[in-house]
Amino acid sequence: MSAVATAPVTRTAAEQRREATLERLRLIRRSPTVIVGGLVLLFWVACALFASNIAPHDPIAPDVLHKLRPPSGDHLFGTDSLGRDVLSRVIHGARGILVVAPAATLFGTVLGTSIGLVAGYFRGVVEEVLMRITDAFLAIPVIILATLALVALGPSTLGVIFVIGLVFAPIIARTVRAAVLTEAGLEYVQAAKLRKERGPYVMFVEILPNVLGPVLVEFTVRLGYAIFATATLSFIGFGIQPPAPDWGLSIFEQYSYLVGGLWWPTLFPALAIASLVVAVNLVADGLGQALDR
Amino acid sequence: MARFLVRRITLALVTLWLLSVIVFLASHALPGDVGRKILGPFADERAVASLDAALGVDKPLLVQYVTWMGGFLHADLGSSLSFHVPVAELLGRGLLNSVKLAAVAFVMVVPLGVLGGIVAALRRGGLADRLITIVGLSATVVPEFVSSIVLILVFSVTLKVLPISVQVPPDADPLTQIYHLILPALPLVLVLFGYIARITRSGVIEALDADYTRTAVLKGLPWRTVVVRHVLRNALMPTIAVVATQLGYLIGGLVIIEFMFNYQGLGRLLLTAAQQRDFPLLQAAVMLVGVVYLTATLVADISYSLINPRIRLGGAE
Repeated sequence: MSAVATAPVTRTAAEQRREATLERLRLIRRSPTVIVGGLVLLFWVACALFASNIAPHDPIAPDVLHKLRPPSGDHLFGTDSLGRDVLSRVIHGARGILVVAPAATLFGTVLGTSIGLVAGYFRGVVEEVLMRITDAFLAIPVIILATLALVALGPSTLGVIFVIGLVFAPIIARTVRAAVLTEAGLEYVQAAKLRKERGPYVMFVEILPNVLGPVLVEFTVRLGYAIFATATLSFIGFGIQPPAPDWGLSIFEQYSYLVGGLWWPTLFPALAIASLVVAVNLVADGLGQALDR
Repeated sequence: MARFLVRRITLALVTLWLLSVIVFLASHALPGDVGRKILGPFADERAVASLDAALGVDKPLLVQYVTWMGGFLHADLGSSLSFHVPVAELLGRGLLNSVKLAAVAFVMVVPLGVLGGIVAALRRGGLADRLITIVGLSATVVPEFVSSIVLILVFSVTLKVLPISVQVPPDADPLTQIYHLILPALPLVLVLFGYIARITRSGVIEALDADYTRTAVLKGLPWRTVVVRHVLRNALMPTIAVVATQLGYLIGGLVIIEFMFNYQGLGRLLLTAAQQRDFPLLQAAVMLVGVVYLTATLVADISYSLINPRIRLGGAE
């Protein structure tokens, strides 16, 4: 009898939830910032995936007879100081950054979400200690942490992923903790606790799915910062190493020619970084606005 | 208020201590021999051993940390391995140069950002608002070295209105010095502009929606008076305090800009030290940046809480 009475109620609740999700998706798809950002992002992902098929030349092979040639029919973006085709290097350069930045963000998100869940769920001393360490970590400028860690570990792609992830974790932990605090007072969490479910189960199976919204928004926002940080670390020589056609690295290698008016080896990678980072932030901004409603 | 102060200062001290541990571990817990790392693979065995002894790296880690911290607390910073001069001297000059660059950037960006934020808030939803928001968002997220490329190309290579070199004769008059710092400061202006404009915009909007503004409008004050006397006066002070708490952005940007323009500031020293494995200089530079940064944020936080009692009475949640 009771099952009959409650069934329609839960169905409408589920329906409401699905409707809300659909409404959000509609909002996201209609937002012009998300569309523009998404298209640019898609363009770079395609470049990264099919770089070898699209690029007209080898991105690494030097050609000393044709160095620093201005843009022409054969080299649309010109050639750099070693005679390498700038267009091909820009296309191939999407690869490194689009692997490193998302990997770093994912690492930071997983670590930060776990810390936030534990801190928000257990409260008390655990929370106090975790959040104080988090605050202290947050108070140190990112570039300094990154420099120090890379001095200790040596410059490497894995090092960059590790460092950026580690720097992001406290920020994500703070967001997740705040979301968990509101969830922890709701009935389904109390019900799970009364069923004597174990802590990890309540945290990861009951609470986690309900805080995924903020986590997703935080992930896209962090992804923008990760691209910023990855490019910057490559530029100062602590990131992706030569002869990789990385954008930040190319700018570092070629920007001394800029003063002489040889703009093409640096301007094109610079525009690539700018377009990618702005695109990701437009998507993040649109997602944030749609999910906040 | 006393509780808030104690809490805030404790946090700053914990952060500094954590930073010291990280700095220490990053430079001492390296795999392999420190002396060998500094002198290179072809150095004489005895030279490595004597450098190890001189640096004290042959002792246990905890002893090294205590000795190191002791030296720091007595302001004994040692001397730089790559520049062969006392670290304190290098850092003093570097800090002065960084402050100059940061000051030029701040003087340009604060009025611009605040003005942009006010215009955006007063034209909420309009074209100017959307333009300022989108341009601000884009400028904030583009790395400094990327916008530098475009700025150098436009102002220095094409228009030839700004010098690219930051090297000025030391006896040059202040105006010439400032003139040479404008180009390096511009990328910092771009990064900070969007942030300041956004904070100002939300502060002004909050004040516009407040009851006291409605009262002022309803009692018949001219719109201009309402904006200047009621809205801006309430919105701007907290805005500026919030902006001051975000000095981290500026410090990160300074490191990159100083590296790019080869400007001998604190950030350039820090990167040089990291690249050359000049540990005494690296440790001292990081700790100095940490102290400067934490003091600045502490002062900003305290002044913000003086303006906004909700922060200090509501705890740090």
